Amino acid sequence: MAKISLTVDGEKVSDEVEPRMLLVHYLREKLGRTGTVVGCDTSNCGACTVHLNGRSVKSCNVLAVQADGAEVTTIEGLAANGQLHAVQEAFRECHGLQCGFCTPGMIMQSVDLLNENPHPTEAEVRFGLEGNLCRCTGYHNIVKSVLYAAEHGSAHSEGAQA
Amino acid sequence: MTTLEQAPAAGPETGKEIGKDRRRKEDQRLITGRTRWTDNLSVPGMLHMAMVRSPHAHARIVSIDTSAAKQATNVYDVVTGHDIADSQGVLANAWPITEEQKTPTHLPMAVDRVTFAGEVVAAVIARSAAEARDAAELVDVEWEELPAVLDIKEALKDEVLAHPDLGTNKSALWQFDSAAAGTGGDVDEAIAKARTDGIVIERELLQQRLMPAFMEPRSYLADPTGEQITLWSSTQIPHIVRFLLAATTGVPESKIRVIAPDVGGGFGGKLAVQPEEWITFAVARRLGKPVKFTETRSESLMSNHHGRAQVQHITLAAEKDGTVTGLKVHLDADLGSYVALLGGGTPVLGAFMFNGIYKFPAYQFNCQTVFTNRPWTDAYRGAGRPEATYAIERVMDDLAAHLGVDPLEIREKNWIKNTEFPFTSVAGLVYDTGNYEVATAKAKEMFGYDALRAEQKERRARGDKVQLGLGVSTFTEMCGLAPSRILGALRYGAGGWEHATVRMLATGKVEVVIGVSPHGQGHETAFSQIVADRLGVPFEDVEVLHGDTQVSARGLDTYGSRSLVVGGEAVLRAADKVIERARVVAAHLLEANLDDVTFDSGRFSVAGTDQGMGITDVALATFTSHNFPDDVETNIDAQGSFDAVTFSFPHGTHLCAMEVDTETGRVKMRKYVCVDDIGTVINPLIAQGQVHGGVTQGISQALFEEAVFDDAGTLVSGSFVDYLLPTALDTISYDVAHSPNPSTTNSLGAKGVGETGTIASTPAVVNAVVDAVRHLGVTDIAMPMTPERVWTALRGDPGGADTVESAEPHFEGGNLESPEEDR
Repeated sequence: MAKISLTVDGEKVSDEVEPRMLLVHYLREKLGRTGTVVGCDTSNCGACTVHLNGRSVKSCNVLAVQADGAEVTTIEGLAANGQLHAVQEAFRECHGLQCGFCTPGMIMQSVDLLNENPHPTEAEVRFGLEGNLCRCTGYHNIVKSVLYAAEHGSAHSEGAQA
Repeated sequence: MTTLEQAPAAGPETGKEIGKDRRRKEDQRLITGRTRWTDNLSVPGMLHMAMVRSPHAHARIVSIDTSAAKQATNVYDVVTGHDIADSQGVLANAWPITEEQKTPTHLPMAVDRVTFAGEVVAAVIARSAAEARDAAELVDVEWEELPAVLDIKEALKDEVLAHPDLGTNKSALWQFDSAAAGTGGDVDEAIAKARTDGIVIERELLQQRLMPAFMEPRSYLADPTGEQITLWSSTQIPHIVRFLLAATTGVPESKIRVIAPDVGGGFGGKLAVQPEEWITFAVARRLGKPVKFTETRSESLMSNHHGRAQVQHITLAAEKDGTVTGLKVHLDADLGSYVALLGGGTPVLGAFMFNGIYKFPAYQFNCQTVFTNRPWTDAYRGAGRPEATYAIERVMDDLAAHLGVDPLEIREKNWIKNTEFPFTSVAGLVYDTGNYEVATAKAKEMFGYDALRAEQKERRARGDKVQLGLGVSTFTEMCGLAPSRILGALRYGAGGWEHATVRMLATGKVEVVIGVSPHGQGHETAFSQIVADRLGVPFEDVEVLHGDTQVSARGLDTYGSRSLVVGGEAVLRAADKVIERARVVAAHLLEANLDDVTFDSGRFSVAGTDQGMGITDVALATFTSHNFPDDVETNIDAQGSFDAVTFSFPHGTHLCAMEVDTETGRVKMRKYVCVDDIGTVINPLIAQGQVHGGVTQGISQALFEEAVFDDAGTLVSGSFVDYLLPTALDTISYDVAHSPNPSTTNSLGAKGVGETGTIASTPAVVNAVVDAVRHLGVTDIAMPMTPERVWTALRGDPGGADTVESAEPHFEGGNLESPEEDR
């Protein structure tokens, strides 16, 4: 067992974990942060995407011990002060989700994409979301959501890191 | 109130809700991660389960040594098929398509023999999921391998048998003949005549195996510690699961509660009774403790049912001018190793749709279902109808090509004119409304059809290495599954009605309990709109409840584009009964004659006076009952149910432009337009979302997806690395519009939208690719049309026989140019 201490969605946490434990399992099983979900076992689907020190990672591809000392933001910590993040707002406005299972990862990846490139073209959005699978929307409205967020996004920054 | 609790209300809006782009009620939870997927749930004392699966496609279980696994850390128990043989129940086939159908008993956990690679033979129960999985590796199974049959055509030879005891791989032969049914002429006569004095198009088309690949892996949690055994299940069909658990395990139905909490997609893949679901239920009962099983993605692809998997033989007869005279269909449909819940019923649903929108005077349909040692097949989005639409739309293109005319011209020559509705099809169904002319004209205009045809001609003329093809699909489908009497006549084991309850709360809120069970479709929003309009209450005040058999006692769940068409009508009927009950109370309170009290926009009024009261006031007065009419029950809630007389028939025109690089075989989608008549649209935003997703799944069958097995029957495409789901980079934005002609089968006028896109788009894409290269001698390319297959077809190979080698990586850079290439 290894001891880790980190900040998750603004809360300081500390636990003994098995060295093999994945970050996504740590979030779900130890912290009860089940907003982040597991959709595959080969790092293809991106449903588990979170931010590690401000950059998107697939949390099934990171060991919990690698997050020691880090700041992690999940979908549950994205809204700040009762205010939805512009990307969350955009997904609802543009019907960018149906079943909603890919949505946590899709939103976290979209936030990262826009942090890097605040005014992407449609092609750049599609390129930036290539690592996240959705089976419901055909991506049409997801792409639209990201473009909408880019256009209408508020100055509001990521909650847990604000 | 924080924004996490509730969507910000812009203040209760009044006015007509139906037709409004309401943003979804569901989304607030889903975009903030406050979800209740089954795998998110836990109850005190809960144990975790992992499965031991067969690595062989067909084998006898000689012995299972569980001793090492039982010794492993925190392992609670290890269970084999023998241990639960008497209590696990069976996985039923609800639709024996013929009286003679061969239906081997399908046990959730194999006892003596496995029939596909992935079948469960033991389960390990431990304190954590990781410990259960670790210990599952320690279970030692001794196998005696048996010969396996892995291909439809091989299976038909009956040389190697999937179930040796049956003596054959053939399960059932289902037939429809228009001459025998009295709905049309003799198809063999029509074909014979066409052979001497007309046109005959004959085709063998392949429907590759697909995997539903919903994003949420299946998960089950059974808790036997209450008076009822509760099963949380990632299912589309909580009511059917409850019924069949009771029917096959002997546990009284009243002692079983099934809850479908948040369910992450289904597409037919969760329209099933699952081995792992039954095993979880059985093991929890055996141990007397809550047990959870959540599959990995690899397990999901390996052991959830697959879809399609047909060999289609199509013969179309026409006169010399292109007027169709007959259609004969023979399907060989792969059941996999057992007859699944719908089983052979899935291809049989296509029996009524091969004739499409065309006026065939004669028609015959034959479907031979056959066992192979592969995972069983069942409903996948469209279920039988995409296969039918694919075949007819492909051969209509072939007929046009034979005559050298535009594919839209040959369709218009043969389709049902808008003046001819209602129209009785050669398959015996009455299409109530439609207008193929309007949908097609609108689609052509949005597409820029003539300009693209001109570009195609120009590219051909100069021998451009990138050729352009235009694909057409003018589809119809039958939705609103299904009228109970028709299901009975087809030997299906249940009905197709739907049920709803509307409850008026004292505080003015309205609860609507629906029997349909959503998993992404937005029922909470759409049904709120319907009820808000009918009762004249604010959209925000309607709460839609579903997915728990203790809350929603009656219902037949969600599949077959039925929720709105059948379930919506049940909700309307319940709401109308509430109004009638409340009217009696209102008349009493207003001291008026019942006949003088009318209801409009949420308010009861007394004719000829300015007196009136709101329906929510009546609800409060009913709650207090201080002043209530004599001999009237103190309750204005009501139930409604609906069983349609016939199906509804959405239709539409889909147009697709594909560019084909003749040097590399790479295909690229340039434009996709669809105009669908789905009847009355409740929420255009949601309806279009359904079309986008449906179209993408159909495109994906044409271009990307195939379940591939090796010679030993092991699933090669058993992960998302190998099974190619399209990404955002592989797809484009679509142009979607509607051309509604309300259905006459339900008072909403709805026709259904869940499956339209998938049914329509596959042939549009394939027709476009073939159209791009037909002048180079290519008439068919097997799906999925990988660059390799296109390239091979261009070099004279009919293409597609080499399925084992066909799994392709993503296109370099995808369908869109990558940003790097743009620079």
